[in-house]
Amino acid sequence: MDEATTVLLCGVGGQGTITAADLLARAALEAGFEVKVSEIHGMAQRGGAVSTVVRFGKHVTTMTADIGETDCLVSFETTEALRNISYLKQGGSLLVADETIKPLPVACGNASMPLQARKRLEKLGAAIVPVGKIAREAGNPKTENVAILGALEHSLGFGEGVWKRVIEKRVPLKTIEANLAAFDAGLAFATEHAR
Amino acid sequence: MQLMSGNEAIAHGAWEAGARIGVAYPGTPSTETMETFGKLEGVYAEWCTNEKVAVEVGLGASAAGARVLSTMKHVGVNVAADPLFTSSYTGVGGGMVILAADDPGMYSSQNEQDSHWYARAAHIPMLDPSDSAEALSFTREAYDLSEKFDVPFMIRSSVRVSHTKTPVELGQREERPLRAYQSDPAKWVMMPAFAKPRRKVQLSRDDELEAWAETCAYNRVEAGTDGGKRGVVCSGAVYQHVKAALPDAAVLKLGCTWPIPQKLVSDFAESVDELYVVEEASDYLTTEVRAAGVAVSAFPNELPRDGELSAGLIKHAFGMADPTFEPKPADVPNRPPALCPGCPHRLVFKELNRIKAIVTGDIGCYTLGALPPLSAMDTCVDMGASVSMSHGFELALAGTEHRPVVAVIGDSTFAHSGLSSLISTVYNKGVGTVCILDNRTTAMTGRQGNPFNGETLQHRPSRELDLIGVLKALGIENVQQVYPHDAKAVRAALKQATKEQADELSVIVFKAPCVLLERHREPAYFVNANCRSCGSCTTLGCPAISRDAETGIAAIDPALCIGCGQCAQYCAFDAIEQPNGTQSDSSKGAN
Repeated sequence: MDEATTVLLCGVGGQGTITAADLLARAALEAGFEVKVSEIHGMAQRGGAVSTVVRFGKHVTTMTADIGETDCLVSFETTEALRNISYLKQGGSLLVADETIKPLPVACGNASMPLQARKRLEKLGAAIVPVGKIAREAGNPKTENVAILGALEHSLGFGEGVWKRVIEKRVPLKTIEANLAAFDAGLAFATEHAR
Repeated sequence: MQLMSGNEAIAHGAWEAGARIGVAYPGTPSTETMETFGKLEGVYAEWCTNEKVAVEVGLGASAAGARVLSTMKHVGVNVAADPLFTSSYTGVGGGMVILAADDPGMYSSQNEQDSHWYARAAHIPMLDPSDSAEALSFTREAYDLSEKFDVPFMIRSSVRVSHTKTPVELGQREERPLRAYQSDPAKWVMMPAFAKPRRKVQLSRDDELEAWAETCAYNRVEAGTDGGKRGVVCSGAVYQHVKAALPDAAVLKLGCTWPIPQKLVSDFAESVDELYVVEEASDYLTTEVRAAGVAVSAFPNELPRDGELSAGLIKHAFGMADPTFEPKPADVPNRPPALCPGCPHRLVFKELNRIKAIVTGDIGCYTLGALPPLSAMDTCVDMGASVSMSHGFELALAGTEHRPVVAVIGDSTFAHSGLSSLISTVYNKGVGTVCILDNRTTAMTGRQGNPFNGETLQHRPSRELDLIGVLKALGIENVQQVYPHDAKAVRAALKQATKEQADELSVIVFKAPCVLLERHREPAYFVNANCRSCGSCTTLGCPAISRDAETGIAAIDPALCIGCGQCAQYCAFDAIEQPNGTQSDSSKGAN
């Protein structure tokens, strides 16, 4: 019997989705769950759309995310959130970083960006996480992905101690403080947003 | 306990079994297996020029008594098929395990062929792990089995086994001294007189393997809770999807997929009302189950025959209600992968597009030259095909007015199988242009070594093969070496080859390192007030360059620009410049 939570992390190649998925998986392990992490490598790395699936729980079977059955959709970019929106299950949580990156066809003038992506996402229940601002205030712009994990913790409830132990173990020594600050700020944002 | 990908687990399984030699050609989703193996204690591992070479090196080492790991992607098995088919005649000395990593869904491949058929066709037993723990234990035991049955064993994985991290317990290495080697021509010299008796050995081994498969612990029945209604036969990653989709159905999980345990399958079928086979990439298992004399039930709804399966697709096939979901909006633009900012391949494709060449392409990052806006590729089939297909185009178009025919191939792909194609063209007095994009690495799979950069897998000393020297030694007179960031030079070289030498064979080597190798950055360029919104810079398809949707004015993202200066050469209005008047040598006048 599959008893697992599905988190789909998506974004643009180079945004750090794989690192975020790794931290999430280790936090889930630390919290005492079974875990599977499925990544797609290869062609997708070259600036294309990327996604990683983390599934954790008492018993994890499949390693993929399904249309309409994903508990948490975490997008590092607004267009990618819309691209993957069909995966989110009814009542699932939708976290989107307030970042927008033009895909190449748009940059070349051969396609256009979706209109009012943020507004549409908010209408679909998204928490648009100001990761840029949080990371800057935390003192390191590279902590954006940890900021969004902080926001995700609001839905997961692993406990802050679990995340603290994982972050301290997995990020470069010099950036521990900034990462912990970004995590706390992300969590605070999501808690506030949920009210 | 730790989280480990299937690929890493296979490497550790081989290592624990005492494998001491690893041979491979990189290919997604198999690559990390040999990279991991090469880092373990007490092993020798190398990248070979191609998969056929890898299996042959491996077979030699096995004959000499060592335990060997050979890894490749599914299409690599096509290249290795020649030694593979005869290795079940010779058998092994030391245990030999070959990984075939399949790519259902084609995340990184030109097809989604199913390696199971190779096992059956080549009489090579195949184990099919469904997670990393099984990947490790199956691989480890495959060495004992290989020696017991005197035949190589194949491990079949897929993207979702190779690239999924699941919990694994690591064990100790069991050191395996070399098995004593003794000449045995009747076993190893496969000329007809010796091959005929070995064919009988192969067939009687098949019988032994079939009997063994009936008792193999990797084939197991998991009882259902639906009162014996539905039974599902499945293997590999698909097993995990089946368990999620149909928690109450009985399952026959096949860990050994060739030979399949026919009696176990038919007993299982007897125990349920309806017997289903769930599989992706092909109907291999269905065919095998039917061959066991078992009737296979049809799904109430269609199960896709192409692409990757998921629990949701299986639920749908079994008639369960689809979940409600918000459909993907129609106005979401595609986000295809692109050549990196500063990629040395970019201008070659830009110029090939400009001269409207017929471009036969090949396998690597540069296959992305097929996509807009570069749109400069007509074909891409398999490793090395660029060179041979261009010869075919030239043969067919001979005597007609035609666009120039240009083959484009990377350095590693050229070493893999382009070289033998080129020798054939030279031998047959073929004409046309071959562009070798020598970016000093095997870039697409993560920058592995190859003969033309002289980097070996375990960083042992080697030497760079002299590419120009090789081409000259073949007797090709028109060989140019060009710096591919210089638009004028690229244009001139292509003009010389495709116009002035149109009736001859020409090779142009475009040599500059992959930007990811050195990660060297010059100051970023910026767009000044001279921009006339002509859009010519965005025809390069550089991810750093975009245009304003309304004004059409270009902009360069300073975070992405690495200062290569390719775009500045295409600006007719001097609108692209570097700060403080810094300008690279080649940044003028190709517009």
